Amino acid sequence: MKRVCTRQFRNLTRLRSFGEVREKISRSINHVCLSRRSLHGSACRLGELELTSVRYPHVQRGKYATLTEKDVDFFQKLLPQRVLQDPSELDGYNIDWMRTVRGNSQMVLRPKTTSEVAEILKYCNERHLAVVPQGGNTGLVGGSVPVFDEIVISTQLMNQIISLDEVSGIVVCQSGCILETLDNYLAERELMMPLDLGAKGSCHIGGNVSTNAGGLRLLRYGSLHGSVLGVEAVLASGEIVDCLSSLRKDNTGYDLKQLFIGSEGTLGMVTSVSILCPRRPKAVNVAFLGVENFEAALQTFQLCKGMLAEILSACEFMDQESMQCIQENLKLTNPIKSYPLYILIETSGSHGSHDEEKLNAFLEAAMGKGIVQDGTIAMDVTQRQNIWGLRERIAEGLLHDGYNYKYDISLPLPKLYEIVEDMRQRLGSKVTRVVSYGHLGDGNLHFNVTTPEYNKEVLGLIEPYIYEWTSQVRGSVSAEHGLGFKKRDCIRYSKEPNAVKMMVKMKKLFDPNGILNPYKTIPL
Amino acid sequence: MTKGHQGHLNGVKMALRILVGCKRVIDYAVKVRVKPDKMGVVTEGVKHSMNPFDEIAVEEAVRMKEKKLASEIIAVSCGPQQCQETLRTALAMGLDRGIHVEISGKDYETLQPFHVSKILAKIAEEEKVDIIFLGKQAIDDDCNQTGQMTAALLDWPQATFASKIEKNNGDLMVTREIDGGLETINVKLPCVITSDLRLNEPRYATLPNIMKAKKKPIAKKSPADLGVDVSPRQEVLSVEDPPVREAGSIVQDVDELVSKLKAAGVV
Repeated sequence: MKRVCTRQFRNLTRLRSFGEVREKISRSINHVCLSRRSLHGSACRLGELELTSVRYPHVQRGKYATLTEKDVDFFQKLLPQRVLQDPSELDGYNIDWMRTVRGNSQMVLRPKTTSEVAEILKYCNERHLAVVPQGGNTGLVGGSVPVFDEIVISTQLMNQIISLDEVSGIVVCQSGCILETLDNYLAERELMMPLDLGAKGSCHIGGNVSTNAGGLRLLRYGSLHGSVLGVEAVLASGEIVDCLSSLRKDNTGYDLKQLFIGSEGTLGMVTSVSILCPRRPKAVNVAFLGVENFEAALQTFQLCKGMLAEILSACEFMDQESMQCIQENLKLTNPIKSYPLYILIETSGSHGSHDEEKLNAFLEAAMGKGIVQDGTIAMDVTQRQNIWGLRERIAEGLLHDGYNYKYDISLPLPKLYEIVEDMRQRLGSKVTRVVSYGHLGDGNLHFNVTTPEYNKEVLGLIEPYIYEWTSQVRGSVSAEHGLGFKKRDCIRYSKEPNAVKMMVKMKKLFDPNGILNPYKTIPL
Repeated sequence: MTKGHQGHLNGVKMALRILVGCKRVIDYAVKVRVKPDKMGVVTEGVKHSMNPFDEIAVEEAVRMKEKKLASEIIAVSCGPQQCQETLRTALAMGLDRGIHVEISGKDYETLQPFHVSKILAKIAEEEKVDIIFLGKQAIDDDCNQTGQMTAALLDWPQATFASKIEKNNGDLMVTREIDGGLETINVKLPCVITSDLRLNEPRYATLPNIMKAKKKPIAKKSPADLGVDVSPRQEVLSVEDPPVREAGSIVQDVDELVSKLKAAGVV
């Protein structure tokens, strides 16, 4: 059935974490297995992916201890039945979602409470055992998986919602809550999570907070630095730093939670968060438009900021190559004809007919001025989900090509597409695909290249050229994905040396033995 | 006994007039909630849209017009003021004009396929249509009755659960989805067809068409205008949620499984 298929595709997106794929038994498993098989068709099979330590031989293992029997005993006593050591179960924790990095961890720990996390870190700190905090493992820069044999501390079982104040809209929950689960819980109470991303079915809120995830609605609800009211984290020493306030305003002392937000698990492991949740909009409209060039895209954005203003909740763009990718690899349909660029606009408001009036006025103006060539408005919720699917599933579609070189840059708006055209020329026919899409409203480009297999020559053509290009126009080499492992040496393109020196000092202060998520984020 | 208006039936060009039923229902993707008084479901403030099977019927009618088999395609919807939105969607997809049969309040709550089929039959006669296209069933009541009743009232042939429609000289060849597989029948015009899921994939309405749709006419009628009595023929006693599905339990071995099945009385 057509509609059931839509659900099954959504289930696939939800099941991006390989650990979940094994555990979940449902009617959609055949669908999932087929899709997994086709994902593996051209991509490296799980068993064939090179270890990171092999692919990146210049990265040296730090002076950390190695796991002993005594250590294993300790953890098994601390977390009975929640220690994974079976190699067949570890792949999902050792390999990232994009299948580009592979660690060699021998153990995964699954604590349920903050105090268990504290015990784990205290022990690891004393023993000098390196650890990797891991949420949904949907990160895109290799920051969520081990590089060598670091112990994985998974938040999978820390999925309790602690409290919700419906009047203020403040939810307090453990860091292992899945974003979509939280959103569904809030939906029943007419609230919503202030962020939304394609990985919502698998990502954990702790991971979102630790990476300061941006997502599709940053334009409307702001960044996590604003919507997270409190964080409870455990330091490397095992000390619990409880800044889990549920207050909208609290100017007492240094705002420590901001350090944990976006530090990618290198300053502390986030165990609980409190978030301010906006009201769920009563009326949502989605329009999908086709434009001739980037100039027109910018004009469309300008026009909709003016005419849609307070009801605008998302403004995304994607190019024709992205559309081709999802048409070929995921068999999705383009609701309108082919255009060089597509724009997805979403409005969220409290009054349906007011919003429709504004949207219609905007669309008439845009078509009338010839800025927009064609488009469609979703007529029902299913069409709305399908149109969002076109944008949200590009990342998934790219994986089918084989190896994906993924870049996430922030540039001054006028330059946003120039870099794509430049790179396209530079790479020519050496690659399968060059696609670009992103958050037009935030000036954030997701630039992607695919080849059937990892190709050092292609990598050499892209890096450091793309970083230098970005640096020259004072852009950011990582707008929202973070630095993780893949961009650990790239901070200098977007941050001054003195700033980096301060960061190194702070890391040494918070984590003197360097056990938290080593080899990542900042160069030590 | 009525015969519809006959266009060119010599096999080359047909100028069929088609009436498409578009029911406004709670959106497919919305979670339905029972009202606290257990007399119905919550509809206030809930997203509504066109019945998905009716969307398929609309799409088929538009395709027939594009293939020059149909000359005029009319949308009809019975219900409150908001049905105009449903009609606008149909017009945006390509139908020529709409008819809104306004029924609201208590009359709308007790409206049944029996009443709707009388309304559709009357309109079909007035508009001299050749084909009445309906969705096979509505996703709110799952009745699957309107098409059949309308055909009976008009004494027209019916082809229900259509998954493929082709012209066959002056008739239509319709493939139907049935329990045993597929059945292909030859249907003379005028006729009633109800659409099944695999008939087509409805198009997205494009902006130029959405703009054009605003100017297409929607005529308003009342059941009285059509001489149809919509007094209730049923009384809802209660509406309840289905029983909550109990969690399964893991058994240790086959013996335990067998003993549990025996305890449940199924073995």
